[in-house]
Amino acid sequence: MDLGLVLSTLDATLRLSTPLLLACLAGLYSERAGVFDIGLEGKMLASAFAAAAVAAVTANVWLGLLAGLAVSITTAGLQGAAAITLRGNQLIAGVAINMLAAGLTTFLGIQWFGQGGRTPQLPVSGRFQNIDLPFANELAGVPVVGQIYSELISGHNILVYIAFLAVPITWWVLYRTRFGLRLRAVGENPKAVDTAGISVTRLRYQAVLITGFLCGLAGAFFSIAQGSGFGNNMTAGKGFIALAALIFAKWKPVPAMFTCLLFGFLDALQIRLQGTSIFGVGVPVQAIQALPYILTVILLAGFIGKAVGPKAGGVAYTKER
Amino acid sequence: MSSDTPMGDPIAQRPQVAAASSAAASDLAIELIGINKRFGAVHANKDIDLQVRRGTVHGIVGENGAGKSTLMSILYGFYTADSGEIRVNGTPHAITDSRHALALGIGMVHQHFMLVDNFSILENVVLGAEDSAMLGPSLDRARKELTRLAKEYRLDVNPDAIIEDVSVGTQQRVEILKALYRGADVLILDEPTGVLTPAEADDLFRVLRTLRDQGKTIILITHKLREIMAITDYVSVMRQGAMVDTLKTSETNPEQLAELMVGRRVLLRVEKTAAKPGDTFLSVENLVVKDDLGVTRVKDVSFTVRAGEIVGIAGVAGNGQSELLESISGMRDQTSGIVRLKGTPLSLEGDDGAHRARKAGLAHVPEDRQRMGLITAFEEWENAMLGYEDDPAYGKGIILDSAAAQAEARERIKKFDIRPANERLKTANFSGGNQQKIVLAREMERNPDVLIVGQPTRGVDIGAIEFIHNQIIKMRDAGKAILVVSVELDEIRSLADRILVMFDGQIVGEADPATATEGELGLMMAGVTDKKAAAPARVAAQGQGS
Repeated sequence: MDLGLVLSTLDATLRLSTPLLLACLAGLYSERAGVFDIGLEGKMLASAFAAAAVAAVTANVWLGLLAGLAVSITTAGLQGAAAITLRGNQLIAGVAINMLAAGLTTFLGIQWFGQGGRTPQLPVSGRFQNIDLPFANELAGVPVVGQIYSELISGHNILVYIAFLAVPITWWVLYRTRFGLRLRAVGENPKAVDTAGISVTRLRYQAVLITGFLCGLAGAFFSIAQGSGFGNNMTAGKGFIALAALIFAKWKPVPAMFTCLLFGFLDALQIRLQGTSIFGVGVPVQAIQALPYILTVILLAGFIGKAVGPKAGGVAYTKER
Repeated sequence: MSSDTPMGDPIAQRPQVAAASSAAASDLAIELIGINKRFGAVHANKDIDLQVRRGTVHGIVGENGAGKSTLMSILYGFYTADSGEIRVNGTPHAITDSRHALALGIGMVHQHFMLVDNFSILENVVLGAEDSAMLGPSLDRARKELTRLAKEYRLDVNPDAIIEDVSVGTQQRVEILKALYRGADVLILDEPTGVLTPAEADDLFRVLRTLRDQGKTIILITHKLREIMAITDYVSVMRQGAMVDTLKTSETNPEQLAELMVGRRVLLRVEKTAAKPGDTFLSVENLVVKDDLGVTRVKDVSFTVRAGEIVGIAGVAGNGQSELLESISGMRDQTSGIVRLKGTPLSLEGDDGAHRARKAGLAHVPEDRQRMGLITAFEEWENAMLGYEDDPAYGKGIILDSAAAQAEARERIKKFDIRPANERLKTANFSGGNQQKIVLAREMERNPDVLIVGQPTRGVDIGAIEFIHNQIIKMRDAGKAILVVSVELDEIRSLADRILVMFDGQIVGEADPATATEGELGLMMAGVTDKKAAAPARVAAQGQGS
């Protein structure tokens, strides 16, 4: 295989794993604090819609991003209120968010834009453009190292860089700060945190809001970075794959990155394989498109071993016996 | 100071304690005045007064539900009192949360440790007491401080060890270190020895004495009178939410304390005649059992239980006793080995192993009655037949004769003195002791040849303990074979006719309860068998099976 083909597949891998990675890290904060979140998908979808809608109207990508973040964080707060303050079932709170987001984005899309739920095509100023890193063009001629730099590392939009920067930052927050220590503790044994005189409720809200922030970035990536407008259900289950990646990575940031890269790679491969034939037999597009999902199931079922999540995950904290 | 005058001192109004409470207010580390706390309909603390002198070990005894833990949780700020006053070093404070209590120098070691299992000892000590947003400096300071505390109070730990890898005794040290690191002057310990070996308990007491001698004040909550006598300077007795009395430990005795706790005279020792062992009813041969994670927890265990004897298995929790019990009763598959009932091998494999064991005449009172012995959401009469519900006495075919089942339940309630006497009440609403009686009645009334009882009196009040022990002995005297597993060494010593000690999945020794000292048993429980003593003991234990 020639280097160009490899690089362009890897380039697509980075792009495709970005929303997964953001969503996966989003889930990491919440779940490490003991709040299971299957509403990643819904928050991303809501953010994708809000970002595209505002970007379409204002033709300003930054206002779009702000809108996406605001909606996602608000939604996370809502979910937090149900799961933390009201001690509701965390799974059901997540399901509710997913259903609400799926229905409301379509409904509002039709009401506001009358294009069958889509938002209008975004102008150039309404989208995140790819950034050429310094010297990318100059180094493109240098074999291998230069090519990797200019084709693989350079030339992505800002959200891709933010996603991958978020990995070391998350690691540092989790293992090197007071907040991280408490966050990890509250997901394992909230009673230990409570008796140490720290508010369990406050910590969990902080975690859930960070989750909302990262989901907001992931959602915006779909509609105003990768795409140029919102389409019905455009997150296409990525929130659930991110959740699978989180479990596969055993709730750790660096393994989460590699897992998301793996899933992104499968997706990139799927796109590349479309229309090709294997051993002279044409493979149906649908079969190839299903490949990442099938592999997800296989990986989760077969290779993960026993994934033990945060011990107090999924359980609302009640102080009185 | 007004409290110098006996009349102004609420406790001193009770004549017996005038001597104990004549301390000047300045000697008092903690003073509780008129504390009340209700949980719904339950009046958990009724107008409690308590004075704790600085630099003493002050015991608080009482049965389960007497309100000891509630009172201490109020002092620690985990609950807020409905009314009453808390004075720390003579100054009144409204303690609103645990952080506030810590700031006043009050630290608590909870019965169930408040530790994060997958954190290091250092991280657990620092959690909640970090100096700044960055973790590094806090961890460095804590490491130095731990070294100092280790020297001062002889509390050595490896700061980098992970909690789930260290012994329970070490985990408890971490809890004490946590409190000291936060500058605690008053240390509250809630049932601290429940999970410890006798040697670890002795070690804890040594630490507590050191702490007291260095001027710290210790409040010890326990239901073990032996510990009160061994370590405390003063003791307060609670009963049904009220403070009954405060006494100087040197001027009281266990019998008096037990009577104050229960409100009537209690026999602390079980009265029984010598055993008359008959045929071998239960024999366990070379049993090997693995736990859910595939770790071998029972390693080639052999022993027998004969008709008319009680064999007690002693050991610290987690040394394979649970797996042994579950395996013999058919709840857990064995890897190898044979269990015989009156010489016939029992087929215990598979999901219905427990059912077959019961049919064959082996009844089992599981150690965790709420998880394995009962469905607490069910009514009493439903639990009273659980596991035997296909017995024709309870109906034909698929029809359940609930009238017959309820009539039988009523009969047993009377016979076993189960309170409240209402078979239609949800089982969760019975106290621990009465729940245990429900299970015991169910299993004993089937008249089995072999009865296996795990932790017969865990979480059971002194009064009910007496009743349960007498029932077990009655069964023995009726010629049944009884196997009792308990982590309470006192219980094993008073109940069993023969003691087997389990350590690390093996029977490491056998002892005669009449002659074995607590020290000898304690050493065996800790796995310390000096070679001279251990070798014959092990041979003897294995010889039982062959």
